Amino acid sequence: MAFEDQRTTVYKVNPEHPESETLPTLRTEELLLNMGPQHPSTHGVLKVILELEGERLVKSTPVMGYLHRGVEKLAEDGTYHQFIPHTDRLDYVCAMYNNFAYCRAVEKLLNLQVPERAEYLRTIVAEVQRIIGHQFWLSAQALDIGAMTVFFYCFRDREILLDWFDELCGARLTTSWYRIGGVERDLTPTLIDKLKQFLDYFPPKIDEYQVFLEKNRIWLGRTKGVAVISAEDAVSFGLSGPVLRGSGVDYDLRKYEPYSAYPKCEFSVPVGKNGDTYDRYWIRVMELYESVKIIRQCLEQMQDGPIMADAPSVTLPPKERVFTNLEAMIQQFKLFSQGFDAPPGEIYCGTEAHKGELGFHIVSTGGGKPYRLKIRAPSFIHMGAFDHMARGYMISDACTIFGTYDIVMGECDR
Amino acid sequence: MHPLLLRVQHTFSAGVTNVSDWRGDVSVTVTRDKLREVAQFLHDDPGMDFDYIVHVSSVDWPDDEERFEVVWEFYSIRKRQRIRLKTRVPESDCVVDSLTDLWKGADFMEREVYDMMGIRFRNHPDLRRILMPDDYTEGYPLRKDFPLRGKGWRDTFDFLDEVPR
Repeated sequence: MAFEDQRTTVYKVNPEHPESETLPTLRTEELLLNMGPQHPSTHGVLKVILELEGERLVKSTPVMGYLHRGVEKLAEDGTYHQFIPHTDRLDYVCAMYNNFAYCRAVEKLLNLQVPERAEYLRTIVAEVQRIIGHQFWLSAQALDIGAMTVFFYCFRDREILLDWFDELCGARLTTSWYRIGGVERDLTPTLIDKLKQFLDYFPPKIDEYQVFLEKNRIWLGRTKGVAVISAEDAVSFGLSGPVLRGSGVDYDLRKYEPYSAYPKCEFSVPVGKNGDTYDRYWIRVMELYESVKIIRQCLEQMQDGPIMADAPSVTLPPKERVFTNLEAMIQQFKLFSQGFDAPPGEIYCGTEAHKGELGFHIVSTGGGKPYRLKIRAPSFIHMGAFDHMARGYMISDACTIFGTYDIVMGECDR
Repeated sequence: MHPLLLRVQHTFSAGVTNVSDWRGDVSVTVTRDKLREVAQFLHDDPGMDFDYIVHVSSVDWPDDEERFEVVWEFYSIRKRQRIRLKTRVPESDCVVDSLTDLWKGADFMEREVYDMMGIRFRNHPDLRRILMPDDYTEGYPLRKDFPLRGKGWRDTFDFLDEVPR
């Protein structure tokens, strides 16, 4: 035997065939394999203990919390405004959407109306962020599975939008551009021109991404029929976003609990059929086209107007005024040292981020700080279905499944 | 009152301790012993049909007799409606029934509540810490008596200069 080893080989004697004494049979046992927390395809620091039978996954146990920073506890110590930069660090790939979801939740608590132009601006930037998120997802998933080229093409186009963010708010990733009651600053004409240029440039590029993948036999072989989840199971696990829609469940908060400028835009929600990795890929690519459509409509419909709600007791004064006007400075100081007086109550507000439903459950007892703030993070909830979806597939498919959730550990561990 | 609340209150008159409809969020508080029954009703009844679990959360009210509040949020994919289910447990006996057999996703969410707030779930298949390390013994971080700014150990490090706090 080429790999005979006294420690792992057990000699069995079959009484009916005594000659088998000379033929060693290899001992079989279940193998535990630690994948991560430093594995490049786990998208951060996630460890999964894989129980293997040969190369098949029998059971997988996610071990999370390596990036746990106690964000929910921190929220109880700061004012509502001070928590906005913390939300950037949840899903650090798509900071804008986290800001958006959080600000919406606080506005629901305060019953605050956001002016129309601000709603359009919010929708535009959120959809730009969705494009960035899906590009990042596509590049990372393709890279994990072994299609490297598309990674460079996605990152080339993502760079244009990140530079656009940089010009918009001074940061590429941790943006903090949304404010409770509106947005921090308006789009300049240059930014609008650049965005329009991008909208003309981008759709042919989406076709280009697809060319790399849709005729790639390795990509098809590793996504079609992999990590299948039925509609009932997906609903029961609480999956959301493209992962749920891939199983054929039409659930998109932008459509069914419309917010911001989404009800004024026409767009469709792509829904898959088979619930496999390929369908989830297809949905995300189709959503890129839809995002372009939404941004175009918003740019056309947007009228001039204020970008911040007229509620001085809650909203931050414009920065120019803080430096020139005494009342504005006092207001800024009061809002950051004491916060505004939120009404006592309890709300939950979910927003359709590109990964799924990102929700904030806020309990207020009055005063400037949230009494309890709970973040419903799609990545965390998707990990709950990991064992169910990975069972019976190969080790290499585990990477595909991490990828198909679009998991980001900052949001998963919080 | 919201029709969903009327229906729940009508079916479980004694078990329902509070209902509220604030900012469009429909919420019902039930006693702990009725929790399982109400959850089953919300899940199975064709008029309710809450097949989607949104999240499980918990709130600590240290001054109350029943200190902890466990919050479930459900959504119905077909009926497109939401409901929030709440129950209270005292600190001396903080155990509630697990709903993992009705909603599979409750598994991880309940583990998080256990990890962060120390509420145990009866009949949960695998109730372990999830975000904190398995061998963490210093309590439950989201309880209000868990210190926000350290436990003072830093002050005992004589190799550090005095840090104003």
